[in-house]
Amino acid sequence: MPEDEEPRAVEFSDMGILLTNIENVPGKTITKHFGLVAGSTVRAKHIGRDIAASFKNIVGGELKGYTELLQESRKQATLRMIQQAKQLGANAVVNVRFSTSSITQGAAELYVYGTAVSVE
Amino acid sequence: MDISNVVNLIIFIFLVALGYFAGTAAEKKHYRSIKEREKKFLGMPAVTIEKAEDESGIADARLVCGSVVVSVDYYKRFLAALRNIAGGEVMSYETLLDRGRREAVLRMKESAAGADMIVNMRLETATISGKANRKAVGTVEVMAYGTAITLKR
Repeated sequence: MPEDEEPRAVEFSDMGILLTNIENVPGKTITKHFGLVAGSTVRAKHIGRDIAASFKNIVGGELKGYTELLQESRKQATLRMIQQAKQLGANAVVNVRFSTSSITQGAAELYVYGTAVSVE
Repeated sequence: MDISNVVNLIIFIFLVALGYFAGTAAEKKHYRSIKEREKKFLGMPAVTIEKAEDESGIADARLVCGSVVVSVDYYKRFLAALRNIAGGEVMSYETLLDRGRREAVLRMKESAAGADMIVNMRLETATISGKANRKAVGTVEVMAYGTAITLKR
């Protein structure tokens, strides 16, 4: 199991599994590969946020509502990937990649994938 | 020319003017804050190569990410529409993407507080399509992610 005493990132800290986007986990050796794991979610935006965003579109700048929405969704996709990895018995996911694609107006798919491994 | 055309024109000019003044002020403010925070994080480099250190010196590695959704203002959207006729470099969208990327990288660094460097940083850009009308273009999401490395002390 990964050492949980080390302080980890704000966003992925509570997920109970080691995540990196490099090919290994530094300081640890990979003992077993479990193959590809992935998580995805499709989210549509909220009508209230859409109205707020269309006002914000006049002056430009950050659309906070959308930033939050996408962060939440990405977290959910990551959690799904982690669930899959845990089911396989992995304790780390390496080479994690994120991708976003907009499907229709107002809906986006967030996809996370990586290789589930066992590290020691 | 009936009255509704005149009203539409007045609304359009008002929106362009509002976009110009409010948008330029907001952009300047954003750039000021970006530059200030970039100075603060000079000690935490973000690189796109995979390994930057001897592995034995690494105490902790973790995934970090930062993202932002930014939109262009009405005036710049208007300029870009004009530019579409003549072709060439669309300067007004360049600053939008520049702001977005720098902000995303900064947020990633902020979430990696305590780390020494970030390796294998990747930037992902996605267009967020708005309503059915074509005026809604010009909203992008930029996401930066990488592996934050903490060295052994």
